[in-house]
Amino acid sequence: MAKQTIIPFGPQHPVLPEPVHLDLVLEDETVVQAIPSIGFVHRGLEKLVEKKEYTELMYVTERICGICAFGHNWGYCHAIELLMKVDVPERAEYLRTLWHELSRVHSHLLWLGLLADAFGFESLFNHCWRLRESVLDLFEKTTGGRVIFSVNKIGGVHRDISPEVLTEMATVVAGMRKEVNELINVFVNDTSVKNRLVGVGVVTKEEAEDLCAVGPTARGSGVVTDIRLTGNGVYDKIGFEPIIEEAGDCYARTLVRCRELIQSMDMVIEICETIPEGEIAVPVKGKPEGEFFARLEQPRGEAFYYVKGNGTKNLERMRVRTPTNINIPFLVKSLEGCSLADVPVIVICIDPCISCTER
Amino acid sequence: MSYVTKSPWVIHYDGSSCNGCDIEVLACLTPMYDAERFGIINTGNPKHADLFLVTGGVNEQNKNVVKQIYEQMPEPKVVVAIGICACSGGIFAECYNILGGVDQVIPVDVYVPGCAARPESIIDGIVQGLGVLAEKRAAMGSAPAAKTEE
Amino acid sequence: MYTDLNLKTIEPAELVNTARTLKGEGYRMVQICATKIPDAYELTYSFDKDHELYNYRVIVPEGTEIESITDSYFAAFVYENEMKDLFGIKINHIALDFQGNFFITNEPTPWKGKKAEEE
Repeated sequence: MAKQTIIPFGPQHPVLPEPVHLDLVLEDETVVQAIPSIGFVHRGLEKLVEKKEYTELMYVTERICGICAFGHNWGYCHAIELLMKVDVPERAEYLRTLWHELSRVHSHLLWLGLLADAFGFESLFNHCWRLRESVLDLFEKTTGGRVIFSVNKIGGVHRDISPEVLTEMATVVAGMRKEVNELINVFVNDTSVKNRLVGVGVVTKEEAEDLCAVGPTARGSGVVTDIRLTGNGVYDKIGFEPIIEEAGDCYARTLVRCRELIQSMDMVIEICETIPEGEIAVPVKGKPEGEFFARLEQPRGEAFYYVKGNGTKNLERMRVRTPTNINIPFLVKSLEGCSLADVPVIVICIDPCISCTER
Repeated sequence: MSYVTKSPWVIHYDGSSCNGCDIEVLACLTPMYDAERFGIINTGNPKHADLFLVTGGVNEQNKNVVKQIYEQMPEPKVVVAIGICACSGGIFAECYNILGGVDQVIPVDVYVPGCAARPESIIDGIVQGLGVLAEKRAAMGSAPAAKTEE
Repeated sequence: MYTDLNLKTIEPAELVNTARTLKGEGYRMVQICATKIPDAYELTYSFDKDHELYNYRVIVPEGTEIESITDSYFAAFVYENEMKDLFGIKINHIALDFQGNFFITNEPTPWKGKKAEEE
């Protein structure tokens, strides 16, 4: 048996945009065990409930993560709305779904770029991020922000989108779709890309279920889990079907995200065309009392929100469980038995979002 | 060779930021804003870097990482705090695990506010940082010991 | 899911067995949430099956030790270490125990009953 060596990976590492630390136990070039340590980004924002009112928390939840900012905001809103039994107008639900799916497009493009960067395909990285800028322009046009939007409020949304802008949006996204297809072609068919992804970091369906994985990570292993099926937003009205791949390797996880990218763009176009007229918000009275849970499918998987109010303007407890948090066990498992050179690709393939994880 | 202008290399570390500013820092380097046209390269090695870009505030666990990266960088060096969290702690200043802005741990030369800081202002901040870098280099004179980079 | 909390309260001693049964029936663990209540902690274990959410509540009095559910759900180590570090809840036999080094915070166990100390 070869001698065991421990190699520290992170927190500051060229492939990682965010700090996470892994102790990799190696035998020669093979990883036998990976021990994660997190906490570099831990802020303790859940405890801000004691200092901020429940309406002010909107701005805090948005800043849980700068990539799925809108989703976290929506999830928190959703939990409060369920707790206070607020009926959100239909148009607001359409608008939220629209922004959320656009966020998914930007998040997946970002991820494809990071993946390309992880296996050393710099020009592909730059192309992904170039296309992503068009989505950010749409955000800026409709909300005023590139990253943090602040358009949600409890009971609806702050801003409406005019019919002209909706039409323009559909045209832009349809144009992007063509270019994205070209990019996806590289990820799916290019030999040098396949060499890095096929058969790397395999996790079977049983293992993924056992490790409670969520999101595209789990769907790449054939697990049917997608919170969009549970009836939040307007996914039931726009004919949503989850995307599942069976192989369970990094390639399958990439395929899931590529196909979701196209699916999300189609959904955006459909929403732009079918959005009904109506109010965008209802007034909300009273203070939250009692407790409730809400779940939402983020670009990275299922996110969980828990709120507990006591009838005052400050909540008693707000809890966010983010997708990366529960995918860490999956990451540890998929690293076992891989070679050291594949570690960056496997780490990127769960689409880690550390600042979500640690809050 | 002092007449040769320098291509500034940057190193980026995410303190406890929400990712918003990190992604914007990366966006600066991609085709839309393309900071690389000014010769700015994002390096992963602190010993290659002239500018240290920090996003997010500091906490107990990462303050040593930030210090370590700073100490490994060769003189002259410039620190740019990007985003309101790196400047002062921002919305998270009241959190139990935030010590405050980056200046609690290392000296900061340029502050770039914003939540999230826009790529335009980040590039502005880096350019201001280059001014500071030139001043620092001039102040160091031609002391050969400092020229550890190639 | 959206009308009902599906919340069931169980005793701390039943926890390990409940988790084992749920695991056997194919439930996915969603999360564990701890809340500080006077003199005790309120833990909520959430499970998912076919996109339905089921919650189990355990009230753990201050100072009481509970058993880890990591032998059924390995992924629970993330939450159990978190509860240990942030709340100071004593959990035994965690499969991957970081011994209080999962989250390193300025003050130890920041969520632990502050109110009791102040009084």
